[in-house]
Amino acid sequence: MALSYLRSSSSRSANLLRPLSSAASLRRPISTDTTPITIETSVPFTSHQCEAPSRSVETNPSELLTFFRDMALMRRMEIAADSLYKAKLIRGFCHLYDGQEAVAVGMEAAITKKDCIITAYRDHCTFVGRGGTLLEVFAELMGRQAGCSKGKGGSMHFYKKDSNFYGGHGIVGAQVPLGCGLAFAQKYSKDESVTFALYGDGAANQGQLFEALNISALWDLPAILVCENNHYGMGTAEWRAAKSPAYYKRGDYVPGLKVDGMDALAVKQACKFAKEHALKNGPIILEMDTYRYHGHSMSDPGSTYRTRDEISGVRQERDPIERVRKLILSHDLATEKELKDIEKEVRKEVDDAIAQAKESPMPEPSELFSNVYAKGLGAESFGADRKELRATLA
Amino acid sequence: MLAIARQRILGQSFQKIRPAVSVLRSYSSAAKQITVREALNSALDEEMSADPKVFLMGEEVGEYQGAYKITKGLLEKYGPERVLDTPITEAGFTGIGVGAAYYGLKPVVEFMTFNFSMQAIDHIINSAAKSNYMSAGQISVPIVFRGPNGAAAGVGAQHSQCYASWYASCPGLKVLSPYNSEDARGLLKAAIRDPDPVVFLENELLYGESFPVSDEVLDSSFCIPIGKAKIEREGKDVTITAFSKMVGYALKAAEILEKDGIHAEVINLRSIRPLDRSTINASVRKTNRLVTVEEGFPQHGVGAEICASVVEESFAYLDAPVERIAGADVPMPYAANLERMAVPQIEDIVRAARRACYRSVPLAAAA
Repeated sequence: MALSYLRSSSSRSANLLRPLSSAASLRRPISTDTTPITIETSVPFTSHQCEAPSRSVETNPSELLTFFRDMALMRRMEIAADSLYKAKLIRGFCHLYDGQEAVAVGMEAAITKKDCIITAYRDHCTFVGRGGTLLEVFAELMGRQAGCSKGKGGSMHFYKKDSNFYGGHGIVGAQVPLGCGLAFAQKYSKDESVTFALYGDGAANQGQLFEALNISALWDLPAILVCENNHYGMGTAEWRAAKSPAYYKRGDYVPGLKVDGMDALAVKQACKFAKEHALKNGPIILEMDTYRYHGHSMSDPGSTYRTRDEISGVRQERDPIERVRKLILSHDLATEKELKDIEKEVRKEVDDAIAQAKESPMPEPSELFSNVYAKGLGAESFGADRKELRATLA
Repeated sequence: MLAIARQRILGQSFQKIRPAVSVLRSYSSAAKQITVREALNSALDEEMSADPKVFLMGEEVGEYQGAYKITKGLLEKYGPERVLDTPITEAGFTGIGVGAAYYGLKPVVEFMTFNFSMQAIDHIINSAAKSNYMSAGQISVPIVFRGPNGAAAGVGAQHSQCYASWYASCPGLKVLSPYNSEDARGLLKAAIRDPDPVVFLENELLYGESFPVSDEVLDSSFCIPIGKAKIEREGKDVTITAFSKMVGYALKAAEILEKDGIHAEVINLRSIRPLDRSTINASVRKTNRLVTVEEGFPQHGVGAEICASVVEESFAYLDAPVERIAGADVPMPYAANLERMAVPQIEDIVRAARRACYRSVPLAAAA
């Protein structure tokens, strides 16, 4: 998604780079520069029942710029969704991911679209990471035909099967056994791919998670359970919900890794490690130490159970986009202006997508009765007044 | 290829109607008899053989040969990658089955009884039934949930519930309930081939019963269409609807009623969802009287839905109020005499049919 835009902007960036001399070789345009750079993660990994991967992560300018752009896009998208919700263009539930972007972006950098991802309801950015477009996001949020689920799912039910993104689930914890089922199917089909099943610190206490983990370990399924620990399950802090909030250890016989989830490079390294592990040895748990700036959902101010100082503290010290910005600047891979330009572009993209989404019509009334079944067999379905409204399901 | 063999059961004899295209060798005129268990086992075997994406999962389905021996021999034939013994964790393994179906495999998940499906009901309803709709057709779920449903004998309240009406109320699910061996084979094959989630409600007490089956039923391509009821016995005086074990009871009740000159038409629903409202209504328009029979709890049950359908579609044709025979409105007791009162008996069906025909004895005073 982002790469096509990078190519088009590369000529601009090339002009802005001023290799003013100094003996040093001419700087190549950053957007296509794949010269390897090694960067240390902010904190070392902590491991359980396995050896932690190295803190030194291989990356390159192109990748770092992609990280920056993609996270900026996701951030802008979620903030725009906040405004749309307040303008009542988005209804029902809306769970925003701003603050957690590094997990979505770092994960994609380590895997392919043959690997599966499944998550819960905080799914907008995960969907975009899998290749979903902004138009599909905003149209779905506003219940329009151009939405990824044609307006019939809503915020919590985004899917993109052609890139192995399986939703988008509203029932806390249900996505974990489903994810282990995807891993089962990958192994059954001999696809040499893995599944990342994401869940929160709230869902980490669900019994079905342990049931699925037990089976995954028994059957050596290539399942990677990723706990996005943002430290609050709705309004309940982790220490009030979990006797042991060391989620990466809760797998007991299943190895685990604790990762700084605000560091896209650490996330990438951990996911790469986990994929190799899962293909050989079965399930593994990754705990991403992350944070959400918004409350649980748009109905939750998010400040009754956390202090504003805590929130602003994280924003100042650990923001994932700022970290990558500092990395890019300190390694001289782009100028501040170039990065600001990217942010402006991204803002425009988001605004354009919203305008386009607003043009998309609501679903036709006949869509009430579509897709109830894959094969309707001519069965009947009914509206509220069955003498007034009924349909034959195709 | 969908073909239905219609059988008219009159006493001991029956007629066979052969399909126009028959690829089978002709057998002798003596019909083959197979048990419902054999019917289910052969259906599973044939579908697994035909499609490598079909696999079985459940407690004791493999090495134990199946808690009720329905999956006997299949582990040996297809191996442990396709016949999977699970731990006793319904929520976990059902979720895993649904996830595998998301990816495109075709799981057949066994619940040792449907009472245990309640532990997994979120996955059946929210993860399976609703996904095709919520994803606007991206994620279809070609899974079958099967197992014994309803009362067995003396197993008590927690092991005797009928789940037909609970599951059949949910859009996105298909709910089937076979009666005889032909139903068992044809409906299970149809269920496995169907791209939607199917709840397949068997009956433990029928597993060992034998029924005659034609060559057509034994053919590996045999399939019964989902959503179509079968008229097991034609009649003109009163319609009796039933499914699963109660079909047998209804047929016996019809024989008794016959002696009194009441010719009952017995409908084997086969499909609880989609419900074959048109066959039921056509029958009631002919007979003008209806008795619904089910084993499950009466309130909000299958009979209630059938009654509503008939009142909505065929009110002018009814000559008597609709009668409902159902399980007693109590948790299933253990003591044999109480259990007998808690489940419909043949005499209950006969009595209700007589009432519908205004031929009953005075009603018993309330207890």
